[in-house]
Order: sequence, then structure tokens, then C-alpha cells
Amino acid sequence: MTRIMHEMSIAQSIVDIAIQTMEANGGHVIHAVQLQLGLMSGVEPDSLLFCFDIVTKGTLAQGAKLEIETIPIKGRCLDCDQEFGVEDYKFVCPKCGSHFIQTISGRELKVATIDMD
Amino acid sequence: MEVKVMTDVMAKNDAISDSLKKEFKTKGIFVCNLMGSPGAGKTTLLETTLKELSKKFSVAVIEGDLYTTRDAERIHATGVPVLQINTVGGCHLDAQMIQDALGELPMDSLDVIIVENVGNLVCPAEFNIGEAMKITVLSVTEGEDKPIKYPLIFKESKGIVLNKIDLLPYVPFNKEKALEDIHNLNPTANVFEVSCTSREGIDTWLSWLTKEIEKVKENA
Repeated sequence: MTRIMHEMSIAQSIVDIAIQTMEANGGHVIHAVQLQLGLMSGVEPDSLLFCFDIVTKGTLAQGAKLEIETIPIKGRCLDCDQEFGVEDYKFVCPKCGSHFIQTISGRELKVATIDMD
Repeated sequence: MEVKVMTDVMAKNDAISDSLKKEFKTKGIFVCNLMGSPGAGKTTLLETTLKELSKKFSVAVIEGDLYTTRDAERIHATGVPVLQINTVGGCHLDAQMIQDALGELPMDSLDVIIVENVGNLVCPAEFNIGEAMKITVLSVTEGEDKPIKYPLIFKESKGIVLNKIDLLPYVPFNKEKALEDIHNLNPTANVFEVSCTSREGIDTWLSWLTKEIEKVKENA
């Protein structure tokens, strides 16, 4: 219950952004919304798709497809500049062993594009 | 046609959170977002913490709870002013809820606001609420796999309280594994091993928290 509530509020924000964008561009129908979703965003794609269908009902986005692009977790070592894919949530540089890692991707929760007319 | 948007879904919440953060910083109010599973011991840690903190600072508590006022009643009993936010099924507090609640707090005389979030290891981590720091409570009865299963909350927390360590002899909790996973996720996290029952580790936790509060006051 609480888990779904979470994706529900996120789905609502996505629909708000989509409808605002459509209106700002003088459109009248939304076909699809492309979403970038980081692996460490904490959002469950299946629940989000389920909630998206519910919150779009009766809105101008009804019938729109939510296309989710999963973004892997990547880090950059602050000591040696090495960029690498983070496996098993180990934010440790594979080259020099440093723990000082900047997360450069994997936290995305971003509406990328909207397909509309 | 395809319209490029590139808008962060959290942008609205983050904007409110940023403005709250500024307000807290200007007023020198230390705000922390206390998170953890249901039953991790957030409210008990809070009771123990408030007893000492309220001797030195003017403290208020915001209690996030699904439906009840149970936790708020426990905090009220400590004599610290408490404000209850019922999320009515919502799994987390967001920045707007905090902003709406602030009108009821004496903002000009406060040093500290502790926000006890809804018991949950997933959603609260994603919603910033203007806090200076996030603190997560993990109890040894929950199992050592929690950091790796819920990485975001442990990665985002500046303080991590490993609670109920008096129960370590009775539960199969691999402490080394939990600490290693936390370190791999978040090497600069301050980890405190405590028991609110035996009071082990409480003094170290309180002196760290006191220093963090004083830092915010000095930089106001």
C-alpha cells in the first residue's frame, strides 16, 4: 500500500510535467513519455507503470505510453579520475581502491522527451 | 512531434526544500531528517536524545506518521513541543508538508528541529525536506542485508545509528558485513553503535550531534 503510494505521487508529477509541456507547445494529445530512471533512484519501474496508467485516466494523457530508460550506476574516482560502472553498490575505485567516488549517474528521475501532437 | 523536456521529476519538491534549507540556515536552526524502518527504534532514540538535547537547546519535533498520534504522544511526554503530520497512507514526508507545518512552530526561538519521518527505508530517502542532514536508524534485528537492499537511504545519510546492539548476542546479525556494505556505499558516514536500553554508545552519539548543531548555529 505505502509502496504504491510512493510511485503514485511520482507518476502524478510525471503526468503534470507532460501535460504542462503539451499545453506550452500547443498540443492536444500525448502519445508517449520517455523517462530516464536511474538504478539507484529507489523507484520500482513496474509499480510506476501501473500507477501511470491509473493517474492518466480521464486526463489529456490518457492512453499515453510511459517508456522507461534504465540508467546504470556510474562513478568517477575523485583521486584518479577513473570512471567505472558500480556493481553491487560498491562505490570503490577498481583502479586505485579509493572510496572517494562521485556518483555521475544512477540517480536519474527525469522526463526526457514527450511524444505528442 | 517529439518535445525535449529533460525535467527532473523531483524539481518541485527540491525547489521547496532548497528554500527551506536557506531559511533554516539563516535562522541557525539545525534540522535533521530521522529515517528508518518501522520498529528500528527511531522514536526511542529520539526520546533518549531529546532528554539531553533539550537541556542545552530549544528543540521541536515534527512527527510524520501514517494515521496515528502514538509517536507524537510519546514525544509530548518528554516535554518537547511536537507537531504531528499525518500522511494518511502516504509513505513519506515531502518539503511542502514541512513548509505548511512551520507556521505552527516558534521559528525565531528554535535551535533544533528533528523530523521523524514515516517508517520506511525507500521513499523518505528521495524527498529532501530542507534538512541539514539525513540520519538513518538501523536495528540489528532487521538483518545485515538492509544497506545493500536499500542503498539510497544509506548513501544519503550523514549519520547512521546501528541500534539495539545489546541484542547482538541473541540475533544472527553479521555486523562486519553491514558495516562493510555501509562503508562501500558511503565511506564518510558517521556510524554509531548504540543501545537505547543499555545506553551503550549514547554519549558518543549525543556529543557528535551536539557538535553538528553548534556548527549550524555558528554559521548562521
